Amino acid sequence: MFKILVKQELAPNIHLVKIAASGIAKKAQPGQFVIIILDEKGEKIPLTIADWDRKEGSITIVFMEVGTTTHRFATLNAGDSIESVVGPLGIPAHIDKIGTLACVGGCYGIAAIMPIARAMKEAGNKVITIIEARSKYLLYWEDELRKVSDQFLVTTGDGSHAPQGWISDRINQIVDEGDKIDLVFAIGCTYMMKTCSEATKPLGIKTIVHLNSIMVDGTGMCGCCRVSVGGTTKFACVDGPEFDGHQVDWDILLTRQKGYQDEEIRSLHEWESKNWRRIN
Amino acid sequence: MAEPGKKPKKEKIPKQPMPEQEPAVRARNFDEVPFGLSQEAAMKEAERCLQCKKPLCITDCPVEVDIPGFVKLIAEGKFAESIRKIWETNALPAVCGRVCPQEIQCEGKCIVGKKDDPVAVGNLERFVADYERMYGKGELPPKAESTGKKVAVVGSGPAGLTVAGDLILKGHEVTIFEAFHKPGGVLVYGIPEFRLPKEIVFSEVNFLERLGVKLVRNAVVGRIVTVDELFEEGFDAVFVGVGAGLPTFLRIPGENLISVFSANEYLTRTNLMKAYLFPEYDTPIVRGKKVITLGAGNVAMDSARTAIRLGAEKSLIVYRRSRTEVPARGAEVHHAEEEGVEFYFLTAPMKFIGDENGRLIGMEGLKMELGEPDDSGRRRPVPIEGSEFELECDLAIIAVGAGANPLLAKTTEGLNLNKWGYIVAEPETGKTSKQGVWAGGDIVTGSATVILAMGAGREAANSIHKYLTLGW
Ligand SMILES: Cc1cc2nc3c(=O)[nH]c(=O)nc-3n(C[C@H](O)[C@H](O)[C@H](O)COP(=O)(O)OP(=O)(O)OC[C@H]3O[C@@H](n4cnc5c(N)ncnc54)[C@H](O)[C@@H]3O)c2cc1C
Ligand SMILES: Cc1cc2nc3c(=O)[nH]c(=O)nc-3n(C[C@H](O)[C@H](O)[C@H](O)COP(=O)(O)OP(=O)(O)OC[C@H]3O[C@@H](n4cnc5c(N)ncnc54)[C@H](O)[C@@H]3O)c2cc1C
Ligand code: SF4
Ligand code: SF4
Ligand code: FES
Repeated sequence: MFKILVKQELAPNIHLVKIAASGIAKKAQPGQFVIIILDEKGEKIPLTIADWDRKEGSITIVFMEVGTTTHRFATLNAGDSIESVVGPLGIPAHIDKIGTLACVGGCYGIAAIMPIARAMKEAGNKVITIIEARSKYLLYWEDELRKVSDQFLVTTGDGSHAPQGWISDRINQIVDEGDKIDLVFAIGCTYMMKTCSEATKPLGIKTIVHLNSIMVDGTGMCGCCRVSVGGTTKFACVDGPEFDGHQVDWDILLTRQKGYQDEEIRSLHEWESKNWRRIN
Repeated sequence: MAEPGKKPKKEKIPKQPMPEQEPAVRARNFDEVPFGLSQEAAMKEAERCLQCKKPLCITDCPVEVDIPGFVKLIAEGKFAESIRKIWETNALPAVCGRVCPQEIQCEGKCIVGKKDDPVAVGNLERFVADYERMYGKGELPPKAESTGKKVAVVGSGPAGLTVAGDLILKGHEVTIFEAFHKPGGVLVYGIPEFRLPKEIVFSEVNFLERLGVKLVRNAVVGRIVTVDELFEEGFDAVFVGVGAGLPTFLRIPGENLISVFSANEYLTRTNLMKAYLFPEYDTPIVRGKKVITLGAGNVAMDSARTAIRLGAEKSLIVYRRSRTEVPARGAEVHHAEEEGVEFYFLTAPMKFIGDENGRLIGMEGLKMELGEPDDSGRRRPVPIEGSEFELECDLAIIAVGAGANPLLAKTTEGLNLNKWGYIVAEPETGKTSKQGVWAGGDIVTGSATVILAMGAGREAANSIHKYLTLGW
């Protein structure tokens, strides 16, 4: 069992959880993830390691409530334990001195991009961090990110935190203003990573995305997470999750992510009808 | 009830039938299919053994279980002695009795089988093991004095469990590292509940834990700790038993459609994560109505039969070769047919067809005919030109074999691999090219059987013991 040390709601439906997992904390690298199971009846779901404390032996994850597992997770508190945390999984982000890079994040990616931005800055790069949200109230970790960035930009879909627009708009703006970006790192919802990749392609900026296909084991054993990159099938859990955004077949990814939509809706409905007291 | 003292003439005791769930009933549940022999039936079946002076049955058991020995003890009603006789060479008889391909091993050579049904060695092995689990006193075998040496076992499949059990009794400290949250390897994530109840596997693991074996779950070696780091942490030897565990895909169009699964995923979701109990359990599974399984080994039978239990109206096995080449255990093919699984032989999959939402709606197949024998001595299937045809389906399960998962090897320097990525190990000892590291089971041989993995584990344990007491 793995004990929850800290639990905090960062924004509506976005939660931070710090978990005691000393072995994983010792090894965690930027860009890696864990696969958790809440309890005996739980599903295996992947979550990015947003931070770690090797001394304390803890890892931090930030998750968004979307379906049953994440809703159930949100009802747990400091002191509770979860059944399984496996990791660190996936190939770490490639940290190198490249020049100027844009680290971009939306949804849970606002947190997940942090370790990459931090390591890239430590490696001597100029780091421009850009985060996006639908609206201002969904933003979090601005101070944390500002600290590890040379330049920090926020953008919201409804303009409640100016400017209005999405990350792709900000990238276009930076380039229009004559600044150079050598590389983009993107983590967040699939749609954001896709539009980002589409925006950078004509600009000729290499774009690394963190794919979030549905996973089971996370060790290359089941093939559930397969994605098509550059025309070949890759397993996101062991060959990634980092891939070249310009090579990814986004349609296949988006389609496969919907593989269990009916079951997910049914499962969440049943859970909510049984647990409405806990939610309210 | 057989009377032990008074030996009946050997001539005619018929094979004692194994009582089992009716096909129509069991096709709708995940409970084990055979119920097991009664005490009376087991003793009667044991009477059928001729107690051969030169028992041929033993020669084809990979771990050379003393078959006439343990069978005689059953006939005499000495069940506790009987199981101890088996344990001398086989640590997991409750498992082997259920899943060994007996017809090509022990039972295949049984002399009684020349004219009649062979002695049901597997059923008898299962009987005494179950008897011990239910009525045994659970006393632990004696352990040798502590040697102070530490052994790490990577993977808790049959190979790893055997190594752990042998070495703990020889006085070494043993820690198993398992990637999943539950131990047992394929026995737990692959082979379905209706063929091997998980409770049996967990009771075996529990026995090892009571002996003092430490089990670290959720630990992917190569990620959380490397083999070299295990040595730095003070382990004196490492056994690698990580299984095959890399799904083979067909590389045909449409393979990434929704509802096209590898057998590994389909079975892991269902067995390990209990998706058949969704939504009580959180893990979902696609419940296909028309299901095609590709391949005809045990894995394919398990997949096709699972699909039936998950509500399929049609469960079809599509196989490139003919019926004679089917590699699955006879009992599984028989059970599958009884449950309504249909077979399409000499048919190769060409492509999967999807609808506008990316969901599977059909498969294109191609008819084959048998040509010249290939390297394996089996007649090679050759396509019949122009014989393409379409099969409707809403779920496809690819069960055409597994490869070597590279995760551990990639993170371990000095470990020699063969051209397919399997770890090279000495057949007699399990020694790898890296000092202090042994390997055995599917990661060395490629997908094989439980009993072969256990046999490899036993050899490796002997060799590790020698190394720890005498040197490399
Ligand atoms: C490498 C990786 C890192 C991720 N990191 C984070 C993170 O740091 N924070 C975060 O909030 N989310 C992260 N995700 C997404 C997260 O795994 C899903 O949101 C979560 O699984 C949803 O589970 P659920 O039961 O709550 O929702 P469900 O209702 O089951 O599913 C909602 C949607 O989530 C996706 N999903 C469902 N099951 C899985 C699964 N087993 N594996 C992957 N995706 C699934 C599907 O696209 C589905 O449509 C990551 C995904 C991957 C692959
Ligand atoms: C569906 C199915 C049905 C089968 N039916 C039969 C049958 O009827 N009869 C029969 O004899 N054989 C059968 N087999 C084959 C048999 O199960 C295998 O040959 C046998 O389990 C191999 O044992 P093993 O110990 O080598 O590996 P496995 O059983 O594969 O166990 C390996 C273990 O190592 C773990 N692992 C992998 N990588 C790591 C890592 N890096 N760190 C930590 N742990 C790791 C895995 O999670 C797993 O638990 C079947 C196989 C399958 C898949
Ligand atoms: S271990 Fe397998 S092959 Fe050997 S006697 Fe038992 S059932 Fe037969
Ligand atoms: S070959 Fe058959 S009859 Fe002879 S000892 Fe073995 S099981 Fe008994
Ligand atoms: S999640 Fe199973 S292979 Fe990637």
